[in-house]
Amino acid sequence: MASLSGAHKAPTFQELLLRLQTFWAERGCVLSQPYDMEVGAGTMSPDTFLRVLGPDPVAIAYTQPSRRPADGRYGENPNRLYKHLQLQVILKPPPDDIQEIYLKSLEAIGIRLHEHDIKFEEDNWEWPVGGAWGVGWQVMLDGLEITQFTYFQQCGGMDLDPISGEITYGLERIAAFLQDVESIYDIVWARDPRTGREVKYGEIRLQEELQLSVYNFEAADVGKLWEHLRLYESECQELLDSFHQSFKTEKKSERHEKIHGRVVHGGETPADEDVRKAMRRFPLLGAYELCLKCSHLFNLLDARGAISVTERVAVMARIRNMVVGVAKAYAAQKLGTGAA
Amino acid sequence: MPNFLFEVGMEEIPARMIAPAQAELSRRVMDLLTRERLLSPENEVRSYSTPRRLAVQVNGVLGRQPDAREEMTGPAWSIAFKGDQPGAPAQAFARKAGVDVSALRKVRTAKGEYVGATAVRKGRDAREVLSEGLAAELAALYWPKNMYWRREKPERFVRPVRWILALLGQAVIPVEFGGVEASNQTYGHRILHGKEPITIGQPDEYVKALEAAKVIADVEFRRHRIRKSLDAARSVISGGRWREDIALVDTVTHLTEWPSAVLGRFDREYLRLPDEVLVTVMRDHQKYFAVEDAKGKLAAYFLAVLNTEPDEQGAAVIRHGNERVLRARFNDAQFFWNVDQKVKLEARVEMLKSVTFHKELGSYWDKTKANLRTAERITGLLRQRGTQLDEAALQHATGLAKTDLTTELVKEFTELQGVIGGLYARAQKLGEGVAQAIYWQYSPSAMDDPIPPSIEGQVLGIADRIQTIVAMFGIGLEPTGSKDPYALRRAANAIVKILAETGLPLSISDLLDSAPDKPTAETREKLRAFFRERLEFWLREARGFAYDVVNAVLAAGADDVRDAIARAEALAEVRGSEDLAAIAAAFKRIKNILRQAVEKGVVTAAEVDQAAFRDDLLRESEETALAVHAARLDQHVEKLRKQREYRAALQQIATLRSNVDLFFDKVMVLVDDEALRRNRLGLIAAVLGRFSTIADFSELVSA
Repeated sequence: MASLSGAHKAPTFQELLLRLQTFWAERGCVLSQPYDMEVGAGTMSPDTFLRVLGPDPVAIAYTQPSRRPADGRYGENPNRLYKHLQLQVILKPPPDDIQEIYLKSLEAIGIRLHEHDIKFEEDNWEWPVGGAWGVGWQVMLDGLEITQFTYFQQCGGMDLDPISGEITYGLERIAAFLQDVESIYDIVWARDPRTGREVKYGEIRLQEELQLSVYNFEAADVGKLWEHLRLYESECQELLDSFHQSFKTEKKSERHEKIHGRVVHGGETPADEDVRKAMRRFPLLGAYELCLKCSHLFNLLDARGAISVTERVAVMARIRNMVVGVAKAYAAQKLGTGAA
Repeated sequence: MPNFLFEVGMEEIPARMIAPAQAELSRRVMDLLTRERLLSPENEVRSYSTPRRLAVQVNGVLGRQPDAREEMTGPAWSIAFKGDQPGAPAQAFARKAGVDVSALRKVRTAKGEYVGATAVRKGRDAREVLSEGLAAELAALYWPKNMYWRREKPERFVRPVRWILALLGQAVIPVEFGGVEASNQTYGHRILHGKEPITIGQPDEYVKALEAAKVIADVEFRRHRIRKSLDAARSVISGGRWREDIALVDTVTHLTEWPSAVLGRFDREYLRLPDEVLVTVMRDHQKYFAVEDAKGKLAAYFLAVLNTEPDEQGAAVIRHGNERVLRARFNDAQFFWNVDQKVKLEARVEMLKSVTFHKELGSYWDKTKANLRTAERITGLLRQRGTQLDEAALQHATGLAKTDLTTELVKEFTELQGVIGGLYARAQKLGEGVAQAIYWQYSPSAMDDPIPPSIEGQVLGIADRIQTIVAMFGIGLEPTGSKDPYALRRAANAIVKILAETGLPLSISDLLDSAPDKPTAETREKLRAFFRERLEFWLREARGFAYDVVNAVLAAGADDVRDAIARAEALAEVRGSEDLAAIAAAFKRIKNILRQAVEKGVVTAAEVDQAAFRDDLLRESEETALAVHAARLDQHVEKLRKQREYRAALQQIATLRSNVDLFFDKVMVLVDDEALRRNRLGLIAAVLGRFSTIADFSELVSA
């Protein structure tokens, strides 16, 4: 008898990942690896947040573990996780038939479209801290939100041109749906083809959910978190200041235009060459990593209930300044070094 | 006469935006056809929409604009023609009019003889005209939220445009928008039909061709089909009904091209959760319809509207999937409910310190303290004025009103704030009065919502809102124009509605004085103007009073809501009488005389306010008569006014008419004798002042 999930041979969790990655690789996407730092969503990985800036085409797909400390439930809630896995696809510019390609990807993981109810319902995305927003949909499959589909419009407070299409699959949800299990922890992660022995999601992740929920909610040292936040922030700020001082980028885009113009016309002096070189090696990506640290620390402090009313808004504004500052500097760097 | 069809195909349009966009496109197309003289008198227009398209069909469109004849007058005949020979000016005029010189003729005007011609303006081909016009109309379509999608951002639209179909008869109208060229092709249901294009031979085929491709283009037909499907699907439960929800039917109508419905069920265990939670999960989060049994109680079923037509196997799969999702959601709600019970509402007060109310105004803990002080002062006023209420319950409820913001259930279902607090208060046996007041605190949130049923709930609702409004105004956050980010207008509307529909003896000034943040004199004026505007809105929109009645009544006082309503009712009843219209005209005249007198420095504004006159300076019998009548009437009217017998009072005031008319007929106000002049100005100012306390009649606009 066919399973009621409609998937005729439900893929394991790892097969789901493999099939989606293969699907997108076959359509020209570079499969990059998860970013090796704490992020709240796949969007915050530099592979999305920074790559959507500027004119260069992008086709990239990656899975990204996303940590949201306040969502932790000690592994007791069957539907909620501290850390879940997203598959993120970024297409710049988005192809005209992006929705159809997306629907094909569902077929690739065993969803027979004719047997399901699929709706694209309005759901706009916004990350105020990143000065980023877009319009799009949540894709509903038999009443379950399985994907967030967004046309990025702004990032780092800057208009994007061309825009990017972002497809974010919620992997645990999709796997639980396909395998028709009631709890995420019962998802079959892998099945040994030789013995048929199954490894469940819970075996891989339950302990992490439990212990990190304890850490996030009870054990994290609030004083030290604040201290870390302060240190990361000041280092990030120093880097940004140094970038602006070295390249006078605060005076809007005049200078970049100038540098860029000379690069184009080829009449550069040795001094310009040096500036370009210095600019290209300037570690803005390091500054961005410091932003990510700050963002995660903020989330931890929030989960600990350690952020007071007045602090909350102020700290968020500080992080926003850093993130948007890095994005703007990054755009200037790309323009200024002709590294487009 | 060809028929016209225009369809623009897009990626899924947000459901909430479809109906207005459909109406606007239809209007724009009709305006374009009318403007371009392309509409025959017997035209017929129909418009369509689905999540992926907007369309307009107009039958009875002209293939080309009719030729227009225009009578033109040129140079003087004597200049244009030498004898019968046309000169250069005649040639030039003939060219301008587009006629042969031989068609020029002599026209006689008052100024002499001129050259005349009948110019014929050739009508243009409809396709050519529409080709230019339609793209501009599309570009001008309003969307609440737009996007760019093409390089260099050439246009903004709600979602990327994927196809355009534009036909006049069988011919394609060459329209281009968003990089898409119009054709005679459209597309069917994404899944049920697939991406094969459908060719439309002529406009009348459109609806049928789409139906064959599993798209119902007609919105009302789709809505009807959804209602029928819901009826049919629930019919397996004997006596069961789906809970009517017009807004939800509307939403799912705009989310589907080929709708059907499936009935699902859930474990009866979940029925132990409050209805409010179950219905919110189903309606707001899943867009499901709730089902009730024959007695109107919630049944363990739901109805989902699908955008497909599954076979039996598919229906089972889809039902199963939707049941899974709902089960997880209910599980969450159940889990949150249980977790929330572990911390009593009382213990949550302290937790409010970390919930921001507003960055400058502090936390909800601060807000609660301020609300308590506000409620206490209002209670004091009510006590003085003999209104009974359970003060302890009100205080208890006010102290706990915001604590549900710290609960998991409210974090998940923010739209249930207040309601959850009330339900928890009941579950924690804090008393029905307390629970009710908390439950209803945010009602009414829209004009036709009910007000809280208990006086404690009403007072809590008022105290919470007035505290917010005064505090926000205090830091300069009053609404401006269309901007009202803190929904202060809605909050003030709710206060007005509660005061209007209850007998609470509270004026707007009472409330402004009850808020702990003392407004500055300037802010207080702003607040009074703001409430006056809200009261005006209420009288006009909710009660339907004419604007001049509202102006007249509010000019005489806008502080007491119930009183203003009573005065408006009385004035609306008697305003039609001839006597009152005459009084209104006379009062307008008095106002003008006084204003001019002040402007010219004949008297000061303070003197006008004093409105003093001396009996011994009344010379003419008409002024004496007016003064005597006014004095007698004054006491009478004042008595009626105090008893709020406004209608009788207004009828009394109307009896002044004959004396007022006679006065203005016979007595000159601005005479040379200064003492007399001052006295007469004082007299009319007194008449105006005494009898404008119910309404300022000079605001009335004569019929």
